[in-house]
Amino acid sequence: MEIKELEKIASQVRRDIVRMVHACQSGHPGGSLGCTELLVALYFDQMHLKEQDGEVVFDMNGEGEDLFFLSNGHISPVWYSVLARKGYFPVKELATFRDIDSRLQGHPTTHEGLPGIRIASGSLGQGNSVAMGAALAKRLNKDDHMVYVLMGDGEQQEGQVWEAATFAPHHQIGHLIAFIDLNGQQIDGPTVEVMNNRDLGKKYEAFGWEVMTITQGNDMAEVVKGITEARSKAGHGKPVMVLLETGMGYGVDFMMGSHKWHGVAPNDEQLKVALDQLEETMGDY
Amino acid sequence: MKKYTYTEKKDTRSGFGAGMTELGQENDNVVALCADLVGSLKLAPFIKENPDRFFQCGISEANMIGLSAGLTIGGKIPFATTFANFATGRVYDQIRQSVAYSNKNVKICASHAGITLGEDGATHQILEDIGMMRMLPGMTVINPCDYNQTKAATKAIADFEGPVYLRFGRPVVPIFTDPDQKFEIGKAWMVNEGKDVSIFATGHLVWEAIQAGEMLEKEGIDAEIINIHTIKPLDEEAILKSVRKTGCAVSAEEHNRLGGLGDSIAQVLVKNQLVPQEYVAVDDSFGESGTPEKLMEKYGLTAKDIVAAAKRAIERKS
Repeated sequence: MEIKELEKIASQVRRDIVRMVHACQSGHPGGSLGCTELLVALYFDQMHLKEQDGEVVFDMNGEGEDLFFLSNGHISPVWYSVLARKGYFPVKELATFRDIDSRLQGHPTTHEGLPGIRIASGSLGQGNSVAMGAALAKRLNKDDHMVYVLMGDGEQQEGQVWEAATFAPHHQIGHLIAFIDLNGQQIDGPTVEVMNNRDLGKKYEAFGWEVMTITQGNDMAEVVKGITEARSKAGHGKPVMVLLETGMGYGVDFMMGSHKWHGVAPNDEQLKVALDQLEETMGDY
Repeated sequence: MKKYTYTEKKDTRSGFGAGMTELGQENDNVVALCADLVGSLKLAPFIKENPDRFFQCGISEANMIGLSAGLTIGGKIPFATTFANFATGRVYDQIRQSVAYSNKNVKICASHAGITLGEDGATHQILEDIGMMRMLPGMTVINPCDYNQTKAATKAIADFEGPVYLRFGRPVVPIFTDPDQKFEIGKAWMVNEGKDVSIFATGHLVWEAIQAGEMLEKEGIDAEIINIHTIKPLDEEAILKSVRKTGCAVSAEEHNRLGGLGDSIAQVLVKNQLVPQEYVAVDDSFGESGTPEKLMEKYGLTAKDIVAAAKRAIERKS
């Protein structure tokens, strides 16, 4: 897909995100806005997804298609918007986010049967392990498709993340591309102050991963180029780690670059300011 | 009292290993994972015959649970194996989110459960695992009694869709159940019909209950003994049918008295049929080092303790 087209989708996804968290006055806009280019690029350009008569179709096993797992489940708004805009469920359902009886739970889950989601996440540090398991199942099934997983940088403080980091190279999981959203922020403040992860690239290299960086994680062309490069590095017996440098809250000026918008919803006035900065390209839900 | 004899003693974990060997030959979707305890879990034959379907995880149980959840996406039936302490308490949140809440077809298979792990002491003797696992919505909890039953249960859970916690142990215990038994998940097994007291036992305590039944018989007490190998879902019908006949109950388990089989039964009785119930269980404490026999004795988990509990229960009737 043309970069311009992807950018238009990203603009609508950002509108969805701020409207969703505004409507329920809760949720996590910061990381969602920062990872918008990645999820749009994956779902609308890079991932091979199962389709029938031009529509995406979902089944839990996901054989014969690429898979995506979201480990930092709190950025559910961006994932829900991208899944809905891609056609996994009706766009109007975004209005039910975090409401009672909704399939769009605060954090993603399989429990309510929302198409597109294969595992619950929210309690941090578990997604890479799950993605590796899915990649092993693909290996056993002789299915060459890719497994993608996104983690947060704050999440790298969880111990299980490093258990997973050790496992994947040892078992030569090649069809795995992991991303870390390197926005440098977490709930209590800048990551370097809360708990310094130091050089994540060197760490993953030392653990045996193929490591690369996308320095412009909110530039659609750079993200598409970066994922394409990651795919070329994958499939050779080594897991690939992509450090994705993004801005928390990217696209809404007053949210950008601050941990304060990690998990805070905009008020009516702030919503208006935000929406004025984001073009409505696909029609609001 | 129906006679139960045995010619051989074996550990229940070997029953698990034997079940896995057969599953490896019969079901291509079965995969095994282990966290550096392959010998203890008796997995060597499975690994030898199916090297591609075994994943050594090293000492990283949290990752093992996540991997298992992921393997189900793609249709695999993962058996995640380690000691019961590390298979439950250490990874409760991973099981809760990635397995139970996500409703993944993962079989958590836990050896060295309870106090009979013995000399390693309390750090390894988990007595809270049944409680933790049965509190998880959608989790099936199974605690078979001997080698044959553990083997049968291992095979049965592969054909069952949904998360399962299978609990077994380290010490050798008499093999007294049928080698060709059909294991029915959630269906209590009538060991001996009686009319004076219902003894509901699980795991290693089933053999103790049989011995207790023989001792009670000598004193003129006719004990009904029921093997509750599946603690969740609990066979409430069998429990109620029995206590409506006998009028009192004893629960016997190698577990903390909080949260295990006894509490599961008490809930059924309180709601449906109020009869006296006595617990044979560890009295809200940690274990310690010692031989399995000495530990069973000290922590009140022997046939003698079941006899005393049965008498107390009978006395409380009327």
